[in-house]
Amino acid sequence: MFYREAGDFKTSYEADNQTFPIAFDRYRYWFVLAVAFLVIPFVINDYWANALLVPFLIYAIAAIGLNILTGYCGQVSLGTGGFMAVGAYACYKLMTAFPDINILFHILLAGGITAIVGAAFGLPSLRIKGFYLAVATLAAQFFLVWMFNKVPWFYNNSASGQISAPERTVFNVPVTGPNTEAWAMYLVCLVFVTLSAIIARNMTRGSMGRKWMAIRDMDIAAEIIGVNPLRAKLSAFAISSFFVGISGALFFAVYLGAVEVGEVFGITKSFLVLFMIIIGGLGTIFGAFAGAAFLVCLPVVLKLIGVDLFGWPPDLVAHFQLVIVGLLIMFFLIKEPHGFAQLWRVAKEKLRLWPFPY
Amino acid sequence: MKLQNLTAVALATALASGTAMADLVIPDLSYRTGAYAAGGTPFSDGFQDYLNMLNARDGGIGGEEIRIIECETGYNTEKGVECYESTKGEGALMYQPLSTGITYQLIPKATADKIPLHTMGYGRTSAANGEVFNWVFNYPANYWDAAGVIVNYLLGENDGDLNGKKIALVYHNSAYGKEPIRTLEALSEKHGFEFNPIAVDHPGQEQKSQWLQIRRERPDYVMMWGWGVMNQVAIQEAANIGFPMENFIGNWWSGAEHDVTPAGAAANGYKSLNMNRIGDLPVFEDIKKHVHEAGEAAGDGSNLGTVLYTRGMYAAMLAQEAIAKAQDIHGVSDVTPEMVRDGMEALAVTADRMSELGMEGIGPEFSVTCEDHGGSGLGIVQQWNAGDNKWVALTDYLEPNDEITAPLVEEDSAAFAAENNITPGCYKG
Repeated sequence: MFYREAGDFKTSYEADNQTFPIAFDRYRYWFVLAVAFLVIPFVINDYWANALLVPFLIYAIAAIGLNILTGYCGQVSLGTGGFMAVGAYACYKLMTAFPDINILFHILLAGGITAIVGAAFGLPSLRIKGFYLAVATLAAQFFLVWMFNKVPWFYNNSASGQISAPERTVFNVPVTGPNTEAWAMYLVCLVFVTLSAIIARNMTRGSMGRKWMAIRDMDIAAEIIGVNPLRAKLSAFAISSFFVGISGALFFAVYLGAVEVGEVFGITKSFLVLFMIIIGGLGTIFGAFAGAAFLVCLPVVLKLIGVDLFGWPPDLVAHFQLVIVGLLIMFFLIKEPHGFAQLWRVAKEKLRLWPFPY
Repeated sequence: MKLQNLTAVALATALASGTAMADLVIPDLSYRTGAYAAGGTPFSDGFQDYLNMLNARDGGIGGEEIRIIECETGYNTEKGVECYESTKGEGALMYQPLSTGITYQLIPKATADKIPLHTMGYGRTSAANGEVFNWVFNYPANYWDAAGVIVNYLLGENDGDLNGKKIALVYHNSAYGKEPIRTLEALSEKHGFEFNPIAVDHPGQEQKSQWLQIRRERPDYVMMWGWGVMNQVAIQEAANIGFPMENFIGNWWSGAEHDVTPAGAAANGYKSLNMNRIGDLPVFEDIKKHVHEAGEAAGDGSNLGTVLYTRGMYAAMLAQEAIAKAQDIHGVSDVTPEMVRDGMEALAVTADRMSELGMEGIGPEFSVTCEDHGGSGLGIVQQWNAGDNKWVALTDYLEPNDEITAPLVEEDSAAFAAENNITPGCYKG
């Protein structure tokens, strides 16, 4: 009824090729953007920003990054936490070394540095695949965390080995440090998420994305039809790491403000982001958002329902959360390997035919 | 995005159902799950039981009911931040996160929100400088004090001479474990012992290579800055390589019953610091009567009287005293976080008061001033007796090395002040 193609005529190739070919999808997209940019900043408070929205946005960037590598290019990576740490430490070193340069450039540069590191650790992918590549990226995870703990230069010789973000401003509004307002934090992350999603979406729709998907589906066949595996795989590693690095930089500078590498960017972070794209949907941008939203909101919602509504002991709820996430991952792997994104796609198909399915 | 709308509805209903009451809100950022639950559980039990006992016996503090909000952090900084944000709106009077990582996270946030932070024997050591850290208190003692106390104890063991001795530090590779290194380096220079830090990564279940290194290097003493499962593993590994237990000394977070019992008889003789006395205190009777027998015990009620339970109770008592002091200073019973800060800064714990509360000699006597938020820094050395299954205090309260730590505190807090544009000075409201 609302959701249909009939009558939505396209008169040019551009119009036919757009991201959201269905009118309803386009309106929804603009509506979500309008709410995100024009409404939420005025109603947001510290709790909403720190507990839900800012982590959701940052994890969404990380999930987009990992989705490019794993979902589109088929290279399994367990090094996400380590690459986020590279982004965070690069951002910290840049922030403290060049305090006069705008923090936004530091975050972008941190992404660039992570891209270089990611491409370097992506080199083994030219020789090894699957589980073996996962182990190689696991090595990156442990090596990077160990290095940031071991070399005092990275944390400016602070006694505790922690890095903490000094106050930096954008248009004279603090966006890092303790005096940051919730809306400023949120808006910075939102801008990065929006740009990342648009860039990633268009990249994956273009020739580059097609090369990645060709490599994912069958690398030998892709090579035969003229896809250069070196360039495809390394570009996937570099671009994926760029997004992951940005998310790491935001995670440290904007969200947490102080970071201890082993605890924040440990192997659990790699798994968390991997779960996000598995539950959300491999190989879709929407899946990155859905997975991030789900895994960020789930503990908070469970806590609200369990502790605040029913008055259960908090430890019981925390244990339940582990059980529920585990069950859900099994459920999705068996019943819907393509995750939320596939459910969403199926729902859309159904809606198109509604109310006259056949 | 759809999901978010759903959670928004869920959140709104949940938030609306909680009613705001005029009472003393004390959040308990506990952790009863994860690799550090063994330490977090008894501490939180003691903390809650004592406050619940005050509610049942005295009707709260100064006639105001106490409301505890427990929030599970799992020793994880992100969850800690979430807990902080979700409880601060309820009118939280003070935070005790029981995690150095979360403390580092909360120092700037709590300072900006004007809520006092009490990090008892953990957290950022240089917060002892109250002129820089107006809102952070780490009385009665901190890590640098602990390092000083251990070295002073070893000096006593060796007739005042540690020259040429080898001392290793097995530490949790985090802000918590790294804290004492600077002090120990300064002390090693002063006393001429050879200092060797050995890191153990979170969570610390795998320590074979570290203990192999210790076996190879044969240090005279091993100190430990461990927490959670790391302690048990370290003591087991020390027993495996046959390291003499009486030369193995943990700090006050590495010396509870659950740390030593897994190693059984092999743990006999292991030493650790403690910042509070243990043993049968009269206040336990009140807790049993008013809380446990009423079926209100936090957790399963089995931890009463253990080392960390007692420390959690001690933490709750210090909170009680600070709030009482704040009520006293400001003449109102329904205090604000800002008033509690004043109470903490004017806190004086005397032996008489401790006996009055039924906790005779639980901690050292100390008083807090605007300049010094660190308390006295005293600690006792205790030893595990595996035969009797209990900790035995070996010493009375020992002095730390103030002449070493004071300049370090000064230096570190000055660096923090410079980084954050703070002009040191007493808080003036």
